[in-house]
Amino acid sequence: MGATKIVTDASFTDDVLMSDKTVVVDFWAEWCGPCKMIAPILEEIAASHDNVLIAKLNVDENPQTSASYGITSIPTMNIYKGGQIVKTIIGAKPKAALLADLAPYL
Amino acid sequence: MSQVRNVIIIGSGPAGYTAAVYAARAQLAPLVFEGSVTAGGALMNTTEVENFPGFTDGIMGPDLMEKMRAQAVRFGAEIVTDDIVSVDLSGDIKTVVDGSGGSHQARAVILAMGSAYRELGLPNEKRLSGHGVSWCATCDGFFFRDQDIAVVGGGDSAIEEATFLTRFARSVTLVHRRDALRASKIMQERAFANEKLHFAWNSAVEDVLGDEKVSGLVLRDTTTGAARDLPITGLFVAIGHDPRSELVKDQVRLDDEGYVLVEDRSTRTSATGVFACGDLVDHTYRQAITAAGSGCAAALDAERFLAASE
Repeated sequence: MGATKIVTDASFTDDVLMSDKTVVVDFWAEWCGPCKMIAPILEEIAASHDNVLIAKLNVDENPQTSASYGITSIPTMNIYKGGQIVKTIIGAKPKAALLADLAPYL
Repeated sequence: MSQVRNVIIIGSGPAGYTAAVYAARAQLAPLVFEGSVTAGGALMNTTEVENFPGFTDGIMGPDLMEKMRAQAVRFGAEIVTDDIVSVDLSGDIKTVVDGSGGSHQARAVILAMGSAYRELGLPNEKRLSGHGVSWCATCDGFFFRDQDIAVVGGGDSAIEEATFLTRFARSVTLVHRRDALRASKIMQERAFANEKLHFAWNSAVEDVLGDEKVSGLVLRDTTTGAARDLPITGLFVAIGHDPRSELVKDQVRLDDEGYVLVEDRSTRTSATGVFACGDLVDHTYRQAITAAGSGCAAALDAERFLAASE
């Protein structure tokens, strides 16, 4: 509770698709500048919202999941409810804009 | 509302951070809004910077920004990772409002908001953005391993992106409206020597094809008018930048292209006590080192303005 969760190809089904919470998955990589910019914003959201799970998936280390969701641009944030994608946010955005995009799911 | 500051700097990058270093060393205790996602500016999305003097072996763009930022902090700059969403630059005391709604005041303001990627302006470009259309080779190149992709543009950043992308892609086609590049000679030579890099000269991108993701481009020959398809799975747009002057457009004078106008060789804008630097004012040079130089000038101009108005 209160922190982001690292998910992998192996844990994706259990941690994301089977979760009974809404899950925001941040597809990111070490070499992506904009990904680093939004990381603290996601940490803040995780710390202040217990009803959603903020998950981070490293695309370098987990190519299967990234490929199966057709990720070609990072950061991409997919929001999952009951195993289904309900929203996709592509690209880094200012904090206020990101919060506004996520607000309906928090 | 807190106390009235000497100077507030809006933006970061080499211009904003250098202004912060100089203002901090002048004991002005600058407050810097570096941007919530744009902190560090355009260099955050680059790889190796080979032409910043003093770095003999080159330095990574993000590392250079981290060092400038740390240097400003060392001398007492207060840096906030947030955006400024509105400003009132009239009067002796200027007010700026941050992304969380906080209001801040200062007697001088330095504008260093930089520039934003230009788009082609095609409906399908927007629709397929993130599905094969990208503005950031360093972010997204990884996803195009062993694929045929294209870069549109003819300047330094287009060549840099195209060359970088050959690390991943099977082939990279550089699409350019003219029959010669604007990029620097050293980068052109590298590009022409790269076997994975192909050139579509005299070609304009007329449409981006693909339902769920990019499958090709329609190119129009700018000399004959003939159209042809180029099958590719990724398009990187590198056709230049536009100044990010939206925030101040009604409060300082801009030129026809939206750059903030400054007086002669100074950084003084049309609003008293407001100074501008970096890509926000620069049509011509747009380099890390020229941005840093103009950030220095803005801090010195602000310092002298504050001293004279005391």
